[in-house]
Amino acid sequence: MESRRVNILRDTDWLTIFLYLLLVSFGWMNIYAVNFSDQVGGFFSLDNRYTMQLLWIAVSLVLAIVIFLIDSRFYSFFAYPAYGIALFVLLLVLIIGTEINGAKSWIVLGPISLQPSEFAKVATILALAKFLSGYNVKPSKFQNILISFGIIVSAPLLIMIQPDFGSTLVYAALIFVLYREGLPGWVLLLLVMSATLFLLSVIYDELYIYMALIAIAVIGYGVYTRKIGHSLFAAFLFSLLYLGGIFLVRYNVLTIPPLLIFFLALITGTTVLIIIAISKKIRQLFPVMLFLFVFIGMVYSFDYVFNHVIAQHQRDRVEVMLGLKSDPWGYEYNVNQSKIAIGSGGFSGKGFMQGTQTKLKYVPENSTDFIFCTVGEEWGFLGSVGLIIAFTGLLLRLIIISERQRSKFSRIYGYGVVSVLFFHFAVNIAMTIALFPVIGIPLPFFSYGGSSLMAFTMMIFILLRLDSTRKSYLI
Amino acid sequence: MDQFNNRKYIIGALIILLGIIFSVRLFYLQIVESKYKLSAESNSRRLEIVYPARGLVFDRNGELLVHNQPSYDLKIAPYELEAFDSTELCEILNIDIQTLRDAIQRVKRDPRERRNPFIKQLSPETFGKLKEKQYKFPGFYFSERTLRKYKYELASHLVGYIGEVDSNDIKKDSYYEMGDYLGVNGVEKSYENYLRGAKGRRYKFIDVRGREQGAYKEGRFDKDAESGKNITLTIDAELQAYAEQLMKNFRGSVVAIEPKTGEVLAFVSAPYYNPSLLVGRVREENYQKLKRDTIKPLFNRATMALYPPGSTFKTVNALAALHDSIIYPGTKFGCKLGYYARGVSMKCHVHDVPLDLVGAVKNSCNAYFAHTYKRAIDNPEKGNASENYEIWRNHITSFGFGNPLGIDLPSEKRGFIPKTGYYNRYYGENRWKAHTIISNSIGQGEILTTPLQLANLAAIIANKGYYITPHTVKDIEGIDTLDKKYMQKHWVTVDTSFFHYVIDGMEKAVNEPGGTAPRGRSNEVVICGKTGTAENPHGEAHSVFMAFAPKDDPQIAISVYVEFGVWGDRYGAPIASLLIDKYLTDTIGPERKWTENRIMSAILIPEGDGE
Repeated sequence: MESRRVNILRDTDWLTIFLYLLLVSFGWMNIYAVNFSDQVGGFFSLDNRYTMQLLWIAVSLVLAIVIFLIDSRFYSFFAYPAYGIALFVLLLVLIIGTEINGAKSWIVLGPISLQPSEFAKVATILALAKFLSGYNVKPSKFQNILISFGIIVSAPLLIMIQPDFGSTLVYAALIFVLYREGLPGWVLLLLVMSATLFLLSVIYDELYIYMALIAIAVIGYGVYTRKIGHSLFAAFLFSLLYLGGIFLVRYNVLTIPPLLIFFLALITGTTVLIIIAISKKIRQLFPVMLFLFVFIGMVYSFDYVFNHVIAQHQRDRVEVMLGLKSDPWGYEYNVNQSKIAIGSGGFSGKGFMQGTQTKLKYVPENSTDFIFCTVGEEWGFLGSVGLIIAFTGLLLRLIIISERQRSKFSRIYGYGVVSVLFFHFAVNIAMTIALFPVIGIPLPFFSYGGSSLMAFTMMIFILLRLDSTRKSYLI
Repeated sequence: MDQFNNRKYIIGALIILLGIIFSVRLFYLQIVESKYKLSAESNSRRLEIVYPARGLVFDRNGELLVHNQPSYDLKIAPYELEAFDSTELCEILNIDIQTLRDAIQRVKRDPRERRNPFIKQLSPETFGKLKEKQYKFPGFYFSERTLRKYKYELASHLVGYIGEVDSNDIKKDSYYEMGDYLGVNGVEKSYENYLRGAKGRRYKFIDVRGREQGAYKEGRFDKDAESGKNITLTIDAELQAYAEQLMKNFRGSVVAIEPKTGEVLAFVSAPYYNPSLLVGRVREENYQKLKRDTIKPLFNRATMALYPPGSTFKTVNALAALHDSIIYPGTKFGCKLGYYARGVSMKCHVHDVPLDLVGAVKNSCNAYFAHTYKRAIDNPEKGNASENYEIWRNHITSFGFGNPLGIDLPSEKRGFIPKTGYYNRYYGENRWKAHTIISNSIGQGEILTTPLQLANLAAIIANKGYYITPHTVKDIEGIDTLDKKYMQKHWVTVDTSFFHYVIDGMEKAVNEPGGTAPRGRSNEVVICGKTGTAENPHGEAHSVFMAFAPKDDPQIAISVYVEFGVWGDRYGAPIASLLIDKYLTDTIGPERKWTENRIMSAILIPEGDGE
């Protein structure tokens, strides 16, 4: 059949390639604007970041062509070996890697430094696609969820050791893939609730959250079962026990911390309620109890992790972000400078190479994580919204491409690309415009750096390669 | 198609939603909120102040007295710091390592701190040493300012000194910023607006590390600094130096004025201090030392000390009485080694009796002036004591007593000539008369004057009835005429025709045998002088002398106070006459060497009590 014949030129998605080239060249212009200086060498000196980045772009384009030259079935076949190699290299980097900026994330080969964690994303997406596209694998089954999580989590566990918090977090985006493939809604709901509880437990004292949870449980039970009397009784019981404890401590009968009073009251109260429930056969109480204890346990562990496990500077970032702490000359300074740079761009920007804030290095990491500041400053609202539209357009285009795949592998792979790209885009822009704590991850196609550019090029072009043969074979 | 197909819409919607959220946020940041644009300006633009050189100060003959020396502050550019030998740097700067560490921490943390110097006003030796090794300490750099330097360390009270501005100065005049210097005292203060010049400004682009990245908008907003105006003082450096030498072991004051112009020729407040002590890094330490010194070297006695004028005041009393026809030049009064009346006893010394006015001035007879004062105040034909006192007081104040003269130096004191109200409060209305206040007749009692006012009195007598407000600045660069205030003649209320009697008396006091001031005599010029012995509650009487010379064409009027100098002729008269010789003939004759030596070797400054 005519349509079954391979015709790469016709079946390649040129719109995506156009958007890709648009973003890459616009990104390079911004790196040029930030780093251009009369003082450093000539244009062709590799000391210049813009020259170096140009080289990386060339390498990426060659890589794209090579990807197109390889048979599309190879990628499915190669998924697990690639994943294995990626994990191996991530292990290797922990041993022979070079430490730059406090993270042992780099492998240095002569003049070239590569970041294996960038490439590991591609491998993980391939492996996840391979697994989920397997016969009779459904993400609604507990066992499959577990294996999927295993695939997703292995690489970031190794990256966390480097440590590279940003690259670790990126893998969380792959939840979207599972969601698309039928991950039960409640798992997602649980994750969203956990995130919310985490934020609340950072902002508010954990005691108040526990009390709020109890209140929700008591009221929820009352509304659900229409047994208001039971709710009132439970509320009365908990209040009596807790206030009684406070009273005893206040008059020095007991000397224990307030949190312990709460837990003693909770346990006593719950025991009483359970005994009553068993004797009166009130079944509805047990799911509510389960809900209550799961969430109390969650808040307790979040609080513990936040205060005892993560590093101080990360704690600071979250706290500054949430307005709990002010640090105008430290971390907050950077975010503020970033806002100043973007804000000073105005409607149409200061013009190409006319930015002062980014050029004069008020903005930290001005050609890597904060490259968006240059877009905002030099190209203004028009330029930055243009960039947002281009990215959104690319993402939607990639969804359309993914959805039109007949092969499950290709579709899942496509969603993997969309998820990771979306996460990078969302977190990077959100941190520069102060909607999210600063997490060091690059803006795809824009940020200076060969590994990131090559990895995203690979992701996109592997998808395009798969797409180009969508009419030919079922992978 | 699978059952989860519709989830693609949810994911797509999520992406679009985020795009919208970002766009709205960008709309707010870039279009609605304008503060970021302003922050960006002030962020990257550095205003660099260009400090002008302060105006130079010359003496009346064009001799340079005060000029400028460069001073270097050490600053830190935190991001240019590289590993360096901190021990070596600490050794050069003579600080401990913790100070250095703290300073580096401070500038790293707070960009505003980077404008402040790490170490202010390095000593020339430290600067030299560090400059040589600066290449070893990247990130440390110098910023230049100017400090005062004194070619002759003279006239410290007149010249004054400069110091750092405080928040009050900034509130008063927005020209100043923290860290600026201004004149704190003396001419430096009163002519601050001329001497300071105008700061220039240069706007520079700076990067986040505070490094210059070229001129802002091609220097469109830059402005050059304007140097301060040079000032020529009225003092004669040689005369001033000689006066300081003569006064070096005394407490007191010398003020010399050119009568015709009111120009101050010499201005000494002793003990004085070396003005170089109040320059640079040592300033604060020295200032505290000087301030605590029990003999008060910082106190400007010439314009701020209040002394009784003693017998020098008899000249004014004589003139007032002559003008009001209370006495005539031929009026004679007896003297029984003093003036004794009901409740009043005022001693006098041995002299011929009876005396006329000229003789009374020559001999400084207390009784004569007591009689005169009694006639003036207790004169029922004219009015009651209060009214007559007011008439008298009116004459006195016209001579510039009881009010600041208005010299161009800060903090001049007004002296004290009591008003009738003062006596009314003290004794009760109509309950006082001449005898109550008889001490006024001989310049004691309540009357207090400054040495400057006394020199001005000498000038008035020399001018036969007028004075020009004493001033210390002759010329300001670029200003054509002086303040009118310093050119205008102030006529006193006493008619000019009466002055020659007093002048004759003053001439005789110095030059005739039996006069009170034989030590004020000069072989070169005819000096007219009047001694004073200002009794005071603190100890021995002060030695006071006022004089002018030459008699026929007075070129210099002078007042000398030597605290606790016992009597007028002992120190005051010889000092005045030596200075007059010096000023008018430029030499001190060999016959005066003995006197000069006697003055210079006398010591009337008490031993310190351990300070």
